[in-house]
This record gives sequence, structure tokens and C-alpha cells, in this order.
Amino acid sequence: MVEQSIGKSVLRKEDMRFITGNGRYTDDINLRGQTYGYFVRSPYAHAVVGGVDTSAAQSMPGVVAVLTGKQVAEDELGGLPCGWMIHSKDGSEMKQPLHPVMAATKVNYVGEPVALVVADSFDEAKSAAELVSVEYEELPAVVSTAAAQSGPDIYAEAPGNTCYQWELGEKAATDAAIEGAAHVTRYTLTNNRLIPNALEPRAAIADFNRGTEELTLYTTSQNPHLARLILTAFVQLAPEHKLRIIAPDVGGGFGSKIFVYSEETALAWASMKLGVAIKWTAERSESFLADAHGRDHVSEAELALDEEGNFLALRVKTTANMGAYLSTFASAVPTYLYGTLLAGQYKTPNIYVEVDSVFTNTAPVDAYRGAGRPEATFLVERIVDLAAKELGVDPAELRRKNMIQPADFPYQTPVALEYDIGDYEASLNKALEMADYAGFANRKADSEANGKLRGIGLSCYIEACGLAPSALAGALGAGVGLWESGEVRVNPTGSVTVLTGTHSHGQGHETTFAQLVASRFGISVDDVEVVHGDTGKMDFGLGTYGSRSLSVGGSALSVAADKVVEKGRKIAAHLLEGDVDNIDFEDGEFRLKESNRSKTFQEIAFAAYVPHDYPIEELEPGLAEKAFYDPVNFTYPAGTHICEVEIDPETGVTEITKFTAVDDFGNIINPMIVEGQVHGGIAQGIGQAMLEQCVYDESGQLQTGSFMDYCMPRADDLPNFTVGLTTTVCTHNPLGAKGCGEAGAIGSPPAIINAITDAVGVRDISMPATPEKVWRAIQEQRA
Amino acid sequence: MELAQRVRIPVVQSIVWNALNDPAILKDCLPGCQSFDRTGENSFEVVLVAKVGPVKATFKGAVTLSDVKPPESYRISGSGKGGVAGFAKGGAEVHLESIDDSAVTLMSYQVTASVGGKLAQIGSRLVTGAARKIANDFFTGFVRSLSGDPLMEVEIETLVLDKGVLDKGVLDKGVLDKGVLDKDADKQGLQS
Repeated sequence: MVEQSIGKSVLRKEDMRFITGNGRYTDDINLRGQTYGYFVRSPYAHAVVGGVDTSAAQSMPGVVAVLTGKQVAEDELGGLPCGWMIHSKDGSEMKQPLHPVMAATKVNYVGEPVALVVADSFDEAKSAAELVSVEYEELPAVVSTAAAQSGPDIYAEAPGNTCYQWELGEKAATDAAIEGAAHVTRYTLTNNRLIPNALEPRAAIADFNRGTEELTLYTTSQNPHLARLILTAFVQLAPEHKLRIIAPDVGGGFGSKIFVYSEETALAWASMKLGVAIKWTAERSESFLADAHGRDHVSEAELALDEEGNFLALRVKTTANMGAYLSTFASAVPTYLYGTLLAGQYKTPNIYVEVDSVFTNTAPVDAYRGAGRPEATFLVERIVDLAAKELGVDPAELRRKNMIQPADFPYQTPVALEYDIGDYEASLNKALEMADYAGFANRKADSEANGKLRGIGLSCYIEACGLAPSALAGALGAGVGLWESGEVRVNPTGSVTVLTGTHSHGQGHETTFAQLVASRFGISVDDVEVVHGDTGKMDFGLGTYGSRSLSVGGSALSVAADKVVEKGRKIAAHLLEGDVDNIDFEDGEFRLKESNRSKTFQEIAFAAYVPHDYPIEELEPGLAEKAFYDPVNFTYPAGTHICEVEIDPETGVTEITKFTAVDDFGNIINPMIVEGQVHGGIAQGIGQAMLEQCVYDESGQLQTGSFMDYCMPRADDLPNFTVGLTTTVCTHNPLGAKGCGEAGAIGSPPAIINAITDAVGVRDISMPATPEKVWRAIQEQRA
Repeated sequence: MELAQRVRIPVVQSIVWNALNDPAILKDCLPGCQSFDRTGENSFEVVLVAKVGPVKATFKGAVTLSDVKPPESYRISGSGKGGVAGFAKGGAEVHLESIDDSAVTLMSYQVTASVGGKLAQIGSRLVTGAARKIANDFFTGFVRSLSGDPLMEVEIETLVLDKGVLDKGVLDKGVLDKGVLDKDADKQGLQS
């Protein structure tokens, strides 16, 4: 019998190839006779494109072709679509200006591609790109999120640079509750713009086969099938059955590789046009300019409370920056992934949120680890903390008082979601204990004795993962389904190949899904191979984002595995000469009840493929099953993060002395992988809260365009994390799992800012709380 | 980048003015300038090689003179494209004044420069230093060239002007008098 592996920290199967340099990323792939692409990009944030002179570039050695946005337009390629239609409060559709594959007549952000040089080598392509002469007539740029609506219009069809004006919740009831409230806490905040910076930059190879007319696109995608659907149905590049997208090993995505971008699309188009394979790997500079950025909200919020500190109402007005074009899922991020989360863990009876999304002359903004939920959580957990400070009550107790209780589930929030299950107070209590909240006063006194400031901050977050179900998402404007596919192929010798429509780019699916399936069949994890990331191999799937892979993709595999067991029982019943109802399957063996007769999983697999003694009239041979799983609801992971900081008042340098995260992710398959996800998420949260800030100057030039100016978290910025778990089991998927990929990035930023403001004794310090900002706040406090 | 400075030149104002309108002298004094050719009464075509941090590029662009008030002041402005390095735009308001009708001319100038594309992305922190160095090298070279002493110690005074009054017409006598001398910040040969 093989040891059951669910719940065990099995070492990651994929790590050996990664740490020994044997991963196979897109840039590792080289095709015979391939050429190289290099993009000419706009140096202006906003300009009319005049003539594009490619003649000098075209005559350079090695140059195959120079293709421009004008040729894209002549070939009538569709624009890059946004996959989620948002309706404004007046019922009108969001404004969706054409997002061209390459700009033909006007550029709208610095870094927007205007031409593609294809040459025999990378150096030749890059050198020739220098000689492409583009005439620009510069226009005034709209840069600021807050001021975008009063700037000059970028698009005639979007007056006031407004994409949509969306609302959710009951306005009248919320207004009335705030009007009559004993106390109202008000907060104006900015959620800082971030640049994703995956370790592996985006890359692609487009390979058009003139003989078969098939186009193969190797690319760094989190969801290859979705990319294929968009390139087929919207861009109309090639028919779906002639387009194969392969996303091999991918080195981090964080959302930025969900989207269908200009570069990969242009490459695919050029390969078909020229009949050659073309490779492009983004230089780091290009990643800064042209990967979709994250966050970038400006908000005003009001939280009303009664005399006892019960939350009465929350009113929010947010302006969200979309950048120059609507990226693939941009419109959904500040609406259905943001407004719906404003209830947090609390019983706030009235919530009303308005969101204006605006266009600016900056790179497109889309989902980035957490996608809307970090913005919602930051707002809620900051304003709750401010309310506690204003009322002079313990922030933990104010939260506890307002939490949704276990008996309240399923709980319908005023902002559309129905939480299925949770125990928020259990996570809070455990986190307070692990963080030694009670002992904080003593530690603060010790710090003060050493001339240091000490603060502690909480964040009780909730997130919604595994966006679902498809029908609801469709009713809300989604252009795609949100189910997932899975196939479990048992091979004749009893090893198993698992195919999933999700994609692993750091999450460890090759291990987690292997554990899931191996445990179901009572076989070794080493006997299961997980295959993903190739539209030519597996059924259509929706890919990986929004912490959906286990709860949706894993559930599909679970259902498929159940089907395998069901068929195995029928085969076993035949071989064991019993009734199928009397066949039990346990620990890898099919047993006939009340007998000592049994068949191993491997014996049944062999019988299925070598059906010499087989119920062939009733049952097809073979042992491979598929499932398409559409969840009935989101999953709702939640927890409490507590950050404790010590600050040197002379320098403003903030040290996180302890970071405690207690999360409820439902059932867990591999605790080590889950803990790794929590660590990574918190590291990104610390980056947002203390280090990272994307800056454009007033003319739309990216000032933080390299690692010299954009500060990513490093190991010495991070403490050792104290991580704990509580568990309530998701009620509606077969695994009882919730999702853990984004929680760290969602829960941590408000805990950090709450701790820093607590230490300094000020109301607010905006993110990122750099040493300079903290030092200035301390000086102002002292003055 | 904005920079306001003044310098004393030991020649009469008319000679300084003529030099400011002589493309050959401007070319010789502008570091990295490969050509400075007149294309019209007040317009020139310029090729300039500039290095900002890790980005080195050849800029080709047009330079124009405007608000020309001989022999007192003009505005010289230009913009150039540096291929994939991006673009640079800049200009200077130059004002001449004879000191007590002597053979010494006080030249005041205010330089602005901005960049876009890769130059801004990679070199934004370095642009100010690089532009100041170019301006400094130019005006130092210009003074030496006019005075005929290639080793002359040129003392350039940096002016701190109130924000918001840096536009056209600012460099008249009244505003200049309000300038605060910031000798420590800036003698000659600024490091980039």
C-alpha cells in the first residue's frame, strides 16, 4: 500500500529541473531557421503618428522585413479585446476604444509598439530598429488618475476620459445610515500603482507552417486556451483548429501573463505574413513599459458607526486608472473583483460603491496578484483601524465586534456575494495569540527605552477565489466561462497522465495535482505526470489566475478521477465475478465484498487496455476520463494578518520584527506549497506597502523604468514569517479547498500600514511607506 | 531639468552677440556636436552625440532661434530624435548686458531640458546631471573661445529663481537681481 499523500508536504516534483537549470522556458526553445523580432516603441505618451519610414532599416544586413501598425490596419486585424463588459449606472456600455496590435495613427502610452523589425539575428533586428524613422506630433498627455476626468480627451468616444461609471449597493439606504450615524470615519487614499516584474520576462516564438497552415505560438501565458480563443475570435488571426498555443515552463506571472498583448499577437501575424518563425524575448526595459501594471486607485471612503461601535454603513467613491487601453480583464478588476469585496469580514448592513474607470496615457492596468481584492481589503482594513483609533477602542475588538459569526453562514453581503462558510474570529484569536498581541505593550516599552518606535497593526481580510459560476459571471458581463477541464488518463501499466486546463508558473501544480490523483488511486505521486500549457494536448481550459487552480481545476480532476474509479469498479466486477455494487475501492485495490478476492488498480488498468477478459459488450475498453467542472460559487479564503514594526526615528527605517499570518484556506493538499504561496504573497504585499511605486512624470514618461528606480523587495526586507492555519471546509467543491495564491498580497499591506502609523502616531502614511516618508511623518509629529 | 546661471565675459556685448549667432562657434563649444548647419535665417540642423548614464545616442534635430532681440537676447531651442534611445528637447533663454558700458558682458541664461523614451526610463535620475554638464561645458567653452584663452578659469554663478517665473521674459534685470547666488553648488566643471 502506498502512503496517502494528501495533507503531506511532498517535495515539489518540478523543482529538480528548475534548480538544476533544466527548465524549458520559451526563450530556451530555438527553432531551425528562426528569425528574431524587435519592436520599435513610442517614446511619447500621446502623439499623432505621421509617416513611418522603414527604408533605411529594411536595407540593413539580415533584415527580413519591417512591419508597421499601418500594415496591421491594412490587414484588417481586429483589436485586442477586453473580456468583461461593464455597464455604467445609466445602463450604457463601457467605452472600449480600439486597442490596435500596433499603433497606426496615434500612440497613447510610452512603449506602445509602432513597428516590428524581423531579422536573422537579435542584434541585427535591434540595430535596424534604430533606423526606423517615425514622425510624431506630440499631444498633451493625461497622466494623473485623480485628474484624468478633467484632462483633454484621449479618445473622442470616451468624453472626460471615462471608461465607465459603475455602482454597486443601495445608495439611498447607505446615505441615510451615514446621515444619522453617531460617528463617521472618513478616509482619502491612494492604492499605489505597481509594475509586476515576473522573473521571466514575456517571450514568444511564432511558427507558421506553410504546408499545414498551422500556426504554433510558444508563449509565456497563464492561460493558453484563452489566448487562442482571443486570437481566433477577436483578432481573427487564424482559425482555432489551426492555432496551437504552447506555454511551457513559465517563470512567474502574478496576473501579468493572463493577458493577450500586442507583441505576441504581432509576432503571430508577422509569422503568417512572412512564413518564417520569429522569436521575441522582452528586454527588462520593455517589461517595465509594456507589461500590464497593477492597482492605481484613488478613493474616498466613509464608515459610519453607532454609539456601540457597530458598523452601520460604508460608502466608497473610487477612480481607477485603466491606462491607455482596456487590457484583457482590466474592466472587471475595479468592479466585480473590488466593489464586491467591500463587506470584508463584517456585518456592515449598508454598502454603496461608485467606481469611475479612466483612461490615461500610461501603460494598460490589469489584474495583478489579488486584482481588486487587495484594493478593497486595504480600504476596509485601514478605515476600520482609523475608526478604532478615533473611538479609542482596541482595533482587534472593534473588528471582533463586527465580524460575521459562524452561525450567520451562508451570509449574503450587501454587495452581491454570498459567503458560504468561515470562522473569522477563530483566525483572529489564533493570530493574536501567535503574535503575542497581549505582550505588545511590554515590547513597545522596551523599544522606547532603546529610542525606537514600535507599532502593531491588524488586517482581517477576505478574498473571493475561483471566480464562478459561469452563468453568473456571464450575467455580470464576463465574455468567457469560468469552469475548468481535467482529464485523467490511466496508462496500461497503471501510471497516470493528468491533463489540466490550468497552468502552473510557480504554483507547483505538478506536485499538488499529482498528490490529488495519486491519493485517489492509491498509487505513488511519482506515478502521476501532470501535463499543462499546450492547446494541442489538453481540452479547452481557462488557465490559472484568481487562486482558482485547485478549487476549480482540482475539482475537475477529482470528478474525472471519480469516473475512473467508477469504470474500474465495473471492470473489477467482471473480473472478480461479482456485482458492481459489491465492489469497494480503497488503498489502490478493488475488493469484492465479503470475499478475499481483489484486483489492484494496475491490474484493472491493464485489463482495460488488453481486454481479453472484459465485459466488452457493456463497456468500452480503455481507462481515461474527462470532466468539466463549473463551480456553484466563489470560494472565500479569509484570515488575520498581524504586523509588528520597529522604527528608527532618526532614519525612518522600518523593520518588520514579526509578521503573523493565520489563514483559512479550507482543505489543504500540500502544506509546504501553501506556506510558500503565503510567503510569496506577503513578500509582494510588503513590496507594495513599503517599497514599490510606479512613477510617470507629467508628460507620461516612465520614471521608474528599471530596477535602479523601481524597488522590489529583497530577502533582507522580509522577516521570518509566522504562519498558522484555521480550517473551515469549502461547502461546494468536492475537495473542500478554497485557494491560497493571492491571500498574502491581499491581507498584508493594510496590516503593515496600520503598524507603521501606530508606531509613528499619525493618522496616515501613504504606500509605499518608504524611510523618507516615515521620517518626514515623524518630524511633523514632533514639530 | 531647469538651470539658471550667469557668467562674465571679458569682451564687448556686440562680439558676444555675433558669436551667439555663429553656427561654427556654437558647434565648437557644444560637446559632442558633429554638425551645426544653418538651414534658414533662424534655423539650424544639428547632429549631436550624447551619453546619459548607460544610454548613448546620436541625436538629429532642428534648432531654432526665437524672440531674437539683437544684441540683447534670444531663445534657442531644439528637439532631437535619438532612435530607440528616445528623444530630447531643450532650450535656453540667453540675455546679454553690458556691465557699466565696459568691455565686460554679463551673460545670463536659463536652460531647460527634457527627455523621453528610453532616456527617461533608464536615465531619468541622470538627465539633470548630464544636461547641466552639457550646459556648463558649452558656456565655459563659449567664454574661453571668445576671450581667446583656452585655459581661462571661468566662474559661472548659478541662480536660484522663484518657481513659476521661469518662463519667457523672466530674465530681465529686475528678476535677475532677485536671483540668489549659489556659488557653492556650482563653480565650473560640474560632475554628471
